[in-house]
Amino acid sequence: MKIITGNELRTGDVIWWAGEGWSRHVNDAVDVPEGAEAIIARENAKQIVTDTHVIDATQTPEGVRPAHIKDRIRALGPTVRLDLSLKPADPTAGNWVI
Amino acid sequence: MVEQTLRYRDDEPVGDPAVTVDAFAEQSNATAVRIEPGDDARALLPHLDRIALVEVNFPAYTEGRGYSAARILREHGYAGELRAVGDVLVDQLSHMRRCGFDSFAPEQDISREAADKAFATWPEVYQKTVDGRPAIWAKRHG
Amino acid sequence: MYQYDSYDQQMVDTRVAEFRDQVSRRLAGEITEDQFKPLRLKNGLYLQLHAYMLRVAIPYGTLSSAQMRMLGDIADKYDRGYGHFTTRQNIQYNWIKLEQAPDLLADLASVEMHAIQTSGNCIRNTTADQFAGAAADELVDPRPYAELLRQWSTFHPEFDYLPRKFKIAIIGSDTDRAAMKLHDIGIQLVQNDAGEIGCRFYVGGGMGRTPMIAPVIGDFVPPLQMISYLEACLRVYNRYGRRDNKYKARIKILVHEIGADEYRRQVEEEFAHILTLGLEPPPAELERIKGFFEQPGFEAGLSDDLDLSDPDFALWVDQNTHAHKQPGYAIVTISLKPVGGIPGDATADQIRLMADLAKELSFDELRVTHAQNIVLPHVRKADLYALWQKLDAAGLADANLDLIGDIIACPGLDYCSLANARSIPVAQKISERFADLGRQRELGELKLKISGCINACGHHHAGHIGILGVDRKGTENYQLLLGGSEAADTSLGTITGPGFSEDGIVDAVEKATNVYLAQRSDGERFLDTYRRIGMAPFKEAIYG
Repeated sequence: MKIITGNELRTGDVIWWAGEGWSRHVNDAVDVPEGAEAIIARENAKQIVTDTHVIDATQTPEGVRPAHIKDRIRALGPTVRLDLSLKPADPTAGNWVI
Repeated sequence: MVEQTLRYRDDEPVGDPAVTVDAFAEQSNATAVRIEPGDDARALLPHLDRIALVEVNFPAYTEGRGYSAARILREHGYAGELRAVGDVLVDQLSHMRRCGFDSFAPEQDISREAADKAFATWPEVYQKTVDGRPAIWAKRHG
Repeated sequence: MYQYDSYDQQMVDTRVAEFRDQVSRRLAGEITEDQFKPLRLKNGLYLQLHAYMLRVAIPYGTLSSAQMRMLGDIADKYDRGYGHFTTRQNIQYNWIKLEQAPDLLADLASVEMHAIQTSGNCIRNTTADQFAGAAADELVDPRPYAELLRQWSTFHPEFDYLPRKFKIAIIGSDTDRAAMKLHDIGIQLVQNDAGEIGCRFYVGGGMGRTPMIAPVIGDFVPPLQMISYLEACLRVYNRYGRRDNKYKARIKILVHEIGADEYRRQVEEEFAHILTLGLEPPPAELERIKGFFEQPGFEAGLSDDLDLSDPDFALWVDQNTHAHKQPGYAIVTISLKPVGGIPGDATADQIRLMADLAKELSFDELRVTHAQNIVLPHVRKADLYALWQKLDAAGLADANLDLIGDIIACPGLDYCSLANARSIPVAQKISERFADLGRQRELGELKLKISGCINACGHHHAGHIGILGVDRKGTENYQLLLGGSEAADTSLGTITGPGFSEDGIVDAVEKATNVYLAQRSDGERFLDTYRRIGMAPFKEAIYG
């Protein structure tokens, strides 16, 4: 699947295109098989997101899994500070990125 | 376009088209020359007395060679118009003026108000350059 | 320490106001990201993997306790309670919000600090010997020269759009603690036979994908011509450095391609011209700055005796203190490398504690080292035990300076958008493998440095043992290098062979240390043994 990611302009938070708006959780990301460029252009024009781009991902039983390790780390947070990640209660969360 | 040029000089603008550095050396009647990033500004030094306009081209705002070219010309006494052309951004005007530019023909228009604000941003400077402004160290030691 | 006058203060205050205006224009949608990006980068604000990252300049690695305290407060107020001290003596915050960045810069300006030119193709923050003004082996205190350099390089109009970034380091002793020859320009203050002080210019060093050790370009430049010589070096680079390929744009490539002799000739020619222009600050300015770096009020006649009956304290004193020029005093290095920790990270509370200890026990001064540790430069030996106890209670008393546990690591793929592999987990696993301090001390001085990509922020080329993380078909892979050094005996490491997995690289490091233990002669460090016996025995043990 193709998903769109970027950062919120004001905060820098990692965000994912969820169909009608942006989410901070990668599992909310929706497949955008076509028309991604139009969405990016429209959203960029609102001047509330930045560094928007399309990446590859797969839908797994556990949720959306970006294809590249860099995007998985973006989705989770730093693996060496899981207390600051999206899964602070899961000490094995770092295994997901590998 | 001349009407889009921000000029900080009192004399009349030169109407002649600017020729390349190579062509300039062969044309004894040319008075305007255009420096590209790879050109050696020092090639013009023997002819400074007959030049009225030097354009320095910035094909991209990241291109920094023109700053050195401008300073070299001023350091050797060039007193004619020194014009920055191309991808010239408002946030670069102050530095360019400190390197000796006194006119600007940006691809993307810059209003005179915005330019004046940019020039007024930094009331003091740490370095002595060619713009005649005293460096902070000179002020500290009278 | 240097203190701003109204000119210096106005400069940083103006910068904050300018950036506040730029941020508000961006948030209002008046300027695009393409237009804004170069502006925020000039203020050290990057967009990294998880958020904006702000790099704050710590000029020549020197801080007052008030400045250090502010760094801690900023970590709490604008970030998530910690900061990361870098290999360029700076600090980075990982979770900055754009809308708060102007307020953060204003807080910094209130303690005479800034983030000016911590990014971009300009002259970056100048680094220096972290023991400046304190070391027993020092010839000249480099800090006044570094401050002169800071002011000269700040908003230099000619050199803001260089072919690539430009890093300068300056030292004043024969012991190189600043990796001086691996900088675009390294300046060593030296003395000639007549007893005069001069600047020896090393130009064209660097790490990155094409590591090079800088050759001497100016052997003895009078200190009162230092700025003019720098102008000449930079102008030649600005005009002739390559701009066609960003990977060949550093000055080291220019010096290498035209040769040191030709580069020197061009610099000398430009220098002769520049000397006619009167660009050099007058002697009175250097004297004014020197006045800020007078020796603090050391007590005379103090004893050098220490009660070392507490064995843990004795180990720490042996490992983490250095000889001070003043009898009865010591230089203390606080390790930010706990076993299993993140190299260079410190919590807001730890930062504030170090600030308090500096105020109380080190004449209000701290330093940041390129090895990502913190220095208290002037501590009475009589105060060392009390200091150590307080550090120990805060988890800051690891006695591992320059041992294998004192690992340099860049942020790597956990934080950095340029990285290809994670650095920190490798550092953590190695420090856990060698957790036993006795084992570390048995191995002796062993500088291990890890980078998560070819840009080499973790100085892997210069590690006695270096590790480079690469991306191999989407998985992290780690190459091993041996034989690098960034001290006075600067050398570049050599890759052992095929790379390893994360666990594999830890095993490979251990095998390399075993070769050293088996083969070393009396008094040899790991590096010395490697230089004597060469790569072959290590390769055999690692891959055999």
